[in-house]
Amino acid sequence: MPRLGWSVLVGIAVIAAGVALAMLRVNPYIYFAGYVILQYVVIATAWNILGGYAGYVNFGTPAFFALGAYTAVFLIRSMTAPLPVLIVAGGLVSALLGLGIGYLTLRLRGTFFSIATLALSVVLQTVIINWEYVGGSRGISVLRPAGPPFGSYVTFLFTVMVGLAVGAVLVARFIERSWIGRGLAALRDNEEAAECMGVPTLRLKLFATTVSGFLLGVAGAPFPYYLTFVEPNSAFALDYAVNGLAMPMIGGTTSWIGPVIGAVLLGTASQVATVTISSELNLLIVGVVLVAFVVLAPEGILGLVRRLRGR
Amino acid sequence: MAGLLLGGFYAAVSLGVSLIFGLLDIANIAQPAFLIAGSYAAYVANSAYGFDPILVGIALTPLFYVIGAGVYRVYYATFERRGDEALRGLVFFFGLLFIIEVSLSMRFGVDYRMAQAGYVGKSIDLGGGVGVAYRYLVPCLVGLAMTLALYLFLGRTFYGRAIMAVSQDQGALRLMGANPVHIKTIAFGIGIAAASLAGALLITIAPVIPSTDRDYIGRMFAITVLGGMGSIGGTLVAAVILGVAESLMATFIGPSWAQAVSFGILLLALAVRPAGLFGR
Repeated sequence: MPRLGWSVLVGIAVIAAGVALAMLRVNPYIYFAGYVILQYVVIATAWNILGGYAGYVNFGTPAFFALGAYTAVFLIRSMTAPLPVLIVAGGLVSALLGLGIGYLTLRLRGTFFSIATLALSVVLQTVIINWEYVGGSRGISVLRPAGPPFGSYVTFLFTVMVGLAVGAVLVARFIERSWIGRGLAALRDNEEAAECMGVPTLRLKLFATTVSGFLLGVAGAPFPYYLTFVEPNSAFALDYAVNGLAMPMIGGTTSWIGPVIGAVLLGTASQVATVTISSELNLLIVGVVLVAFVVLAPEGILGLVRRLRGR
Repeated sequence: MAGLLLGGFYAAVSLGVSLIFGLLDIANIAQPAFLIAGSYAAYVANSAYGFDPILVGIALTPLFYVIGAGVYRVYYATFERRGDEALRGLVFFFGLLFIIEVSLSMRFGVDYRMAQAGYVGKSIDLGGGVGVAYRYLVPCLVGLAMTLALYLFLGRTFYGRAIMAVSQDQGALRLMGANPVHIKTIAFGIGIAAASLAGALLITIAPVIPSTDRDYIGRMFAITVLGGMGSIGGTLVAAVILGVAESLMATFIGPSWAQAVSFGILLLALAVRPAGLFGR
């Protein structure tokens, strides 16, 4: 695949730009906010692999994200594992959960699947609330390792997130361009017909839920070090569920660039709104923008651009 | 005992979902937001003028009926007619849920709100140390009355039968000279009105904050699925099962696990028998 070479090069260039930005040591708030936006790039991209490509709407985004975060908390408490281990482990545990909900799709389609993922999120939150070792309902403080690169730990985490975001987008792009993406699109449009044409629907769905779960877990794993305090309400926040699906919907779900556009736009807008107005108004804006887009521009920004070009 | 009373109330909470999701097949996950909106409407009238919260709830049902009918019209015009209701319709209602919840928390803050009425805090003594609190008994009775009313409405009246018909075969209904969109608008409005009345019951039972709606998403859908999608009698039975299961869980293991019960039942029901106990 010759094109993949180019996209990897672009990805490396983006990471290099991120590292360069980290070395500049501009206003620390930039890294702080940038981390959140990049985190949403990963989340939106991961959601879109299942929701956009395969057409299975996942309301359980917080479950996967928090599972990644709490896996990290567990490993920090039990063996003070280094960050790369946390990220991989968080991803793998969430991938396992993804595989589980993949088997759920055998019986549940459409709405029922979505409601089940929502249920999953609440059940998992209850388990965490009752698990004292990782902080229970009170939450837990996490100490950052000393001596991070780039002066401050948040700056370091920012560069890590740049790498994760690039990785997630490359994975999504690869899936979209390969036969897997075409298979997923076929089952999204008509699952029975795809099955009849010999598309291995179950294997594809399991693949999509697992990869999506893995990336969501990866997004959550650095979260304890970022906030240095983890409690169930912030890790399982409904914001992740609503942003995770609002961003791809606003950007456009059919292409890998859609979630990126949505995450950068909506993420930046909500960072600005949180600082200048209030965090609750910011959530309200996300909700209104989401509904407006779904009603008025169902294909998202990408669809709008395409329509303008078509004329 | 507490579980049985809770069951009657849960039936009231789930009737709207039974109607909208079970019969009309519209995945209105914004339903709990209307429940909480009903709670806050009752709270405002109760705290400002001292009206009985449940009477206010009943008085406000026409208003919520109109809101519900309006929401359905928007939903119909933007999704159902285009034929892509499944994915985007779901997201639409999710956004609606979010907007209502955040608007309420901006208006009223995140403090717990409680309604006052003469009977709240009193109880009947059944002897042997067993008492029944009015604040559980009254909502339970209202819930049972709502269930019975909806059952009779669906079975006996023209519009009720038309709603049953629209859930079975829209084309046939159209051939009979009735407009399915009109019938569905009525049914959706009734569903939302039922949710708002249940919200008034909710605030007499327990204090409410805007994010309470999340606790009820699972309960509503668990009861509807377990009861068998749109079966009113099934909804009542499933509501009682859930109410008893939750209070047993809260008594023997701990109240923090009660939440997981409804979702556990929901996952189990979806995985083992998606048609529910009384499914067609």
